[in-house]
Amino acid sequence: MSEAAATLSGPVEEIDIRELDDIIENQFGNDKENLIMILQAIQRRYNYLPRPALTYLAPKIGVPFSKIYGVATFYATFSLEPRGRNIISICLGTACHVRGGERIRERITDSLKIKDGETTPDGRFTLESVRCIGCCSLGPVIKINEDMHGRIGTDEVEKVLNQYE
Amino acid sequence: MKIASAKDLEKIRKAYAPSLYHPEGIKINVGMASCGIAAGALEAFEKAVEAFEDDDRINVCRTGCIGFCEVEPLVEILADGRPRVLYKNITADKIIEAVEDYQNGASKKKWILGQMRDPRCVLEDDLGNPIDKIEPIEGIPFLEDVPFYKNQVKVALRNCGYIDPDEIDAYIAKKGYLAFIDALHNQEPKKIIETIKDSGLRGRGGGGFPTGIKWATAAKHYGDRYIICNADEGDPGAYMDRSILEGDPHSVLEGMLIAGYAIGSRQGYIYVRNEYPLAVKRLLTAIKQAESYGLLGDNIAGSDFSFHIKISTGAGAFVCGESTALMASLEGKVGRPRAKYVHTVEKGFRESPTNLNNVETYANVPAIVLKGAGWYAGMGTEHSKGTKVFSLVGKIQNTGLVEVPMGASLKQIVFDIGGGVPKKKKFKAVQTGGPSGGCIPERFLDLPVDYQKLAEVGSIMGSGGMIVMDQDTCMVDVARYFLDFLKEESCGQCNPCREGIKQMLDILTSICQGNGKDGDIELLEELGAMVQKFSLCGLGTSAPNPVLTTILYFRDEYEQHIHDKKCCAGVCKELFHYEIDAEACTGCQVCFRKCPQDAVSGEKKKTHSIDQTKCIKCGICYEGCKFDAIKIC
Repeated sequence: MSEAAATLSGPVEEIDIRELDDIIENQFGNDKENLIMILQAIQRRYNYLPRPALTYLAPKIGVPFSKIYGVATFYATFSLEPRGRNIISICLGTACHVRGGERIRERITDSLKIKDGETTPDGRFTLESVRCIGCCSLGPVIKINEDMHGRIGTDEVEKVLNQYE
Repeated sequence: MKIASAKDLEKIRKAYAPSLYHPEGIKINVGMASCGIAAGALEAFEKAVEAFEDDDRINVCRTGCIGFCEVEPLVEILADGRPRVLYKNITADKIIEAVEDYQNGASKKKWILGQMRDPRCVLEDDLGNPIDKIEPIEGIPFLEDVPFYKNQVKVALRNCGYIDPDEIDAYIAKKGYLAFIDALHNQEPKKIIETIKDSGLRGRGGGGFPTGIKWATAAKHYGDRYIICNADEGDPGAYMDRSILEGDPHSVLEGMLIAGYAIGSRQGYIYVRNEYPLAVKRLLTAIKQAESYGLLGDNIAGSDFSFHIKISTGAGAFVCGESTALMASLEGKVGRPRAKYVHTVEKGFRESPTNLNNVETYANVPAIVLKGAGWYAGMGTEHSKGTKVFSLVGKIQNTGLVEVPMGASLKQIVFDIGGGVPKKKKFKAVQTGGPSGGCIPERFLDLPVDYQKLAEVGSIMGSGGMIVMDQDTCMVDVARYFLDFLKEESCGQCNPCREGIKQMLDILTSICQGNGKDGDIELLEELGAMVQKFSLCGLGTSAPNPVLTTILYFRDEYEQHIHDKKCCAGVCKELFHYEIDAEACTGCQVCFRKCPQDAVSGEKKKTHSIDQTKCIKCGICYEGCKFDAIKIC
């Protein structure tokens, strides 16, 4: 098993409490109204929402863990599982859809053998679909990490994916 | 420095305006909204900065998006005493050459979109055209005459693409904050609300509720009143709010300030979609700058009025565009809507009176306050006043953002401004209003676009997305697409929406897979009526619209799917196959080389054929054939 795969299936994430305190207290003042932005900050740090971070967060802001879990599962951006090194966001907004976005998604799923929301066993890619990133003039669009790939043809998918390790 | 009066603003305007209209040396404005950056504007900008670093005569600047996204990156080049020229498709490899071309008299006509006749925005029309004495370049069209811009009237988009969004002085130079300061010092809150009422401005987020009435009701209720800006632009295919936030964030802040003063609020929130990181960044910069000028904060401009604005980001939930869900989300909770027996203007955010408007609505407010209700109400139709921004996307030649007076016809917008459908394909429908809207067929192209007329044909204005569809778009698949979207986004608390949408989606999916049967269409209509009638919030009550309008206008396509098991658009995979037209095929071997399944066979210069057992209908051959020899059967 590769190292990356070991981390993915691996046990509990090591959590640095000082880092969490910095997010929860210093940046967001222990305010429960900031819950969504706190979760976003935690996800930015760990690439997902590790459970120990959420159990630590609950008493700090006075919101039961069950409610935090509710928020974390309600909003599409949050992931409770570790994600891959590269995040593919395929835009399935209407403009991309009518310009063949679905076919691009099929090429990616065929090529990587993963479905929406899944991560490749080697931890290289996570596939996520998003609804419109507002770059409709470039549709169909895929975003890999922060790079935008616009007007992509079905036959160009492999070439684009090969740019990422 | 703190701004205390209109005189202070005028001082800043006078100091900054020359750099907008009569810069020293050459000024290069690179359009750097998200759409431009995705097209390569950042690389072009960096290339220019690096190349002209040591050249004092050349100044590289950034602006927002000027709307014509199809030909981005767009770069405007100007110099004092010389025309302003807008170059199109200027990627990093072309920007240096473009600048050289401008210096040599602008002869690369194919690179040039146009030259500007008048760079003023609607608020500056009393100032005189600053460049009217400049001799235009022969052979280059005026931007104002280019079909894409010809019939546009920019109010909400007045500064987008013209100024640096990160410079408050640039906004002030375009008469920014003048409306607010004037209102604060010279007008009673009640009078401002009357102005907004008289202007006929209606909510631009989709609902179309009269803004002035909303303000008046919020002002009537006691408590800590809140002002919220809904920037959770969730409709796929609509991005006007993103463009305003990225191109002219101060116009939204000023609109909120005026609302805050009129309604009597001390605190505003902007709820921005998580997918718009650049908008958040520019808003944060704008808020900081406004605070440093004392335009946000305590005792603004020496008055008793204090107002603060905070930004909150969403986390990917379409339903949070609904006002009550948005307010729940703003409180850090799950974004579920509630029934509106008590309206949010009475009890909204934190159970207090809350006024929520959309980004575009706020961007219109300063212009209305400065130029008067009569001016705004003078544009548009009887019940829909002013202008509206639309995003023209999908199968259209000129993708981009356009702002036209209400009442412009669909034909004017899609064909005159948008340039129609590309690749000589046939126009089929235009979808308005996002997942809550409907698909409007060709026979209604003369329809004047306003709130009422769109409702009459079963669609809605929505936030202004217009997705154009052509012969290759399957209307049953489009209906299925929207329901799939809404099934994912339904918050799940009320049965009609949660279960009804799912049942309708199951029926549509089976039709698309070739398993449709008699009675399916009628069942969809029955279910649709139920979901419309009994759902709790706007998401559910409007969810069946895309299905019902496609059944109404494209029933024959549904019937072909169900009875003939055919999808003429070539989208539903179980219902069509590709064949090669022997007469049209030249044997060029493009499809042969591109097919990932090796399903195409044939020798060079001889007719090819497709092995149907191997074909996965990925469409690569269909897209790639230059001779239209691949047919959908």
